[in-house]
Amino acid sequence: MSAALHRIDTLAPRAEASGTHIAIAGLTKTYKTRGGSVPSLKPIDLNISKGEFVAIVGPSGCGKSTLLKLVAGLLPATTGTITIGGVKVTQPPDGVGMVFQSPVLLPWRTVRDNVLLQVEMRGRPVAAYREAAARLLHTAGLDGFEERFPWELSGGMQQRAAICRALVHDPEVLLMDEPFGALDAMTREKMNAELQRIWYETRKTVLLITHSIPEAVFLADRVVVMSSRPGSIEAVYDIDLPRPRDLSVMGEGRFVRYTQEIRKHFFAQGDLDH
Amino acid sequence: MTDTLLVQSTRANVLSKLMSMDAIRPLILVAVILVGWDLAVRLLRIPPYLIPAPTLVIEQVIAQWPMLLRETMPTLTATLGGFALSALVGIPLAMLIASSKTVESYLYPLLVFSQSVPKIAVAPLFVVWFGFGVLPKIISAFLLGVFPVVVSTVLAFKSVDKEMIDLARSMRAGGLRTFIRIRLPHALPGIFSGLKVAITLAVVGAVVGEFVGSNSGIGYVLQVANGNFDLPLMFAALFVLSMMGVILFMALDAIEHFLIPWHASRRPDPNSGT
Ligand SMILES: Nc1ncnc2c1ncn2[C@@H]1O[C@H](COP(=O)(O)OP(=O)(O)O)[C@@H](O)[C@H]1O
Ligand SMILES: [Mg+2]
Repeated sequence: MSAALHRIDTLAPRAEASGTHIAIAGLTKTYKTRGGSVPSLKPIDLNISKGEFVAIVGPSGCGKSTLLKLVAGLLPATTGTITIGGVKVTQPPDGVGMVFQSPVLLPWRTVRDNVLLQVEMRGRPVAAYREAAARLLHTAGLDGFEERFPWELSGGMQQRAAICRALVHDPEVLLMDEPFGALDAMTREKMNAELQRIWYETRKTVLLITHSIPEAVFLADRVVVMSSRPGSIEAVYDIDLPRPRDLSVMGEGRFVRYTQEIRKHFFAQGDLDH
Repeated sequence: MTDTLLVQSTRANVLSKLMSMDAIRPLILVAVILVGWDLAVRLLRIPPYLIPAPTLVIEQVIAQWPMLLRETMPTLTATLGGFALSALVGIPLAMLIASSKTVESYLYPLLVFSQSVPKIAVAPLFVVWFGFGVLPKIISAFLLGVFPVVVSTVLAFKSVDKEMIDLARSMRAGGLRTFIRIRLPHALPGIFSGLKVAITLAVVGAVVGEFVGSNSGIGYVLQVANGNFDLPLMFAALFVLSMMGVILFMALDAIEHFLIPWHASRRPDPNSGT
């Protein structure tokens, strides 16, 4: 109830009117390799509203990254369609920012120039985005590190810089593939809180892949559970927790019940991916 | 007693500091080798026509300095010419090989095959084809230098992270932009490691060229000295040749340092700080 409520009271009216932002219909993917074909996704149907935060959890190799790459237009679908804002995805769309499992920052560029790479690569005027970059770096708590090189930053700071890079061109959609998978548990929780705050301030439509169930429950409006390969959607949970959420919510009964409920799917599959 | 200990420890400190200076270390090693060489010649009574004492060689270097310097010039020209050709041919060739599996399958085996042909055996052929000028020496230097350039550059261009390329594609960057902003800077350290091997091999190639058909250059001096059993002159020529190689290598290292200040091998060692 409150997930829906939340969308009503926090989103722009046009989002309410159009509803669906990302529409995935009958999507399948079969990799053709030398060893034969590898079916990776069974038909997937999923609609994501504008400004919604959706998290996908599933066992290793179930096709989560494949799904994200398909949405990002980095891979061609075998069958089915994806539309973003009503436009069919056939190549990387304009209004999308991506965050990968590793920060993939260029070591020869400063943090600021790494963030601005996004607009440089898109052939947009860099000068017009300097302010946006500075604002994002400030939001991400990277003040004073703009002129540093990525290798001078901790893993968590690097990933925050990568998130700034994904947002600097003001995309409508943020796609993240296990962005905090390489971080230790403490840093990870802090990053979750950071990401929630950044999302709260920027209101993007977010699709987050994760293998951490608490992370998914803490951040998302909806958690999608995928089954093992070839992946399909096994269950969808509306996360009915008020926003903004504090890290302490992780100790509350409602939160724990969600995680237990979701974890059952993996016990049943006998393939728990932490 | 504590005083003497203190003095001893500071002295040891100064010595260990001196020993740990990067520029000093090779000089210490050279000094040790020279002393060992001198002792061996004296104690084992090795006649000068087998191995001259280091003092004799140094005398010879000083006495013949103007001639040695003059003869260095053609060798240097051939070395630099061959090296430049190695870079100009090797780097684009490697880019071609790295960019296409088809090109690789045609070219790479052929390249490896050509590398196994002993250059010294075919060097006389170059004299037949190209005469006694500088050209056959340049070609000889090129043939030795080009292989390491190609091998390192191919590896460098192929080792770009898959995620890095996905990132570039998600930013809708074209091939040229991706090449200039990501692939090329990423490959620079690898290209330079190939160039550094190439410059030392180009020296060898130039001298080989001078062996078979020349009346100038350090290679020619070496041959004449060898014919006259003038071992001190031969060692003096070898010394000049080695110095040339070292200086060229260091020049390349300086250029690399200037172009790639961000490379991991140049970052300050976090363990060496105080
Ligand atoms: N390029 C590829 N070629 C062939 N098979 C692939 C390729 N990429 C992924 N796969 C296969 O597809 C399945 C799903 O992979 P992936 O989407 O990376 O899973 P996840 O991100 O959930 O761990 C895996 O079994 C994997 O082996
Ligand atoms: Mg994955």
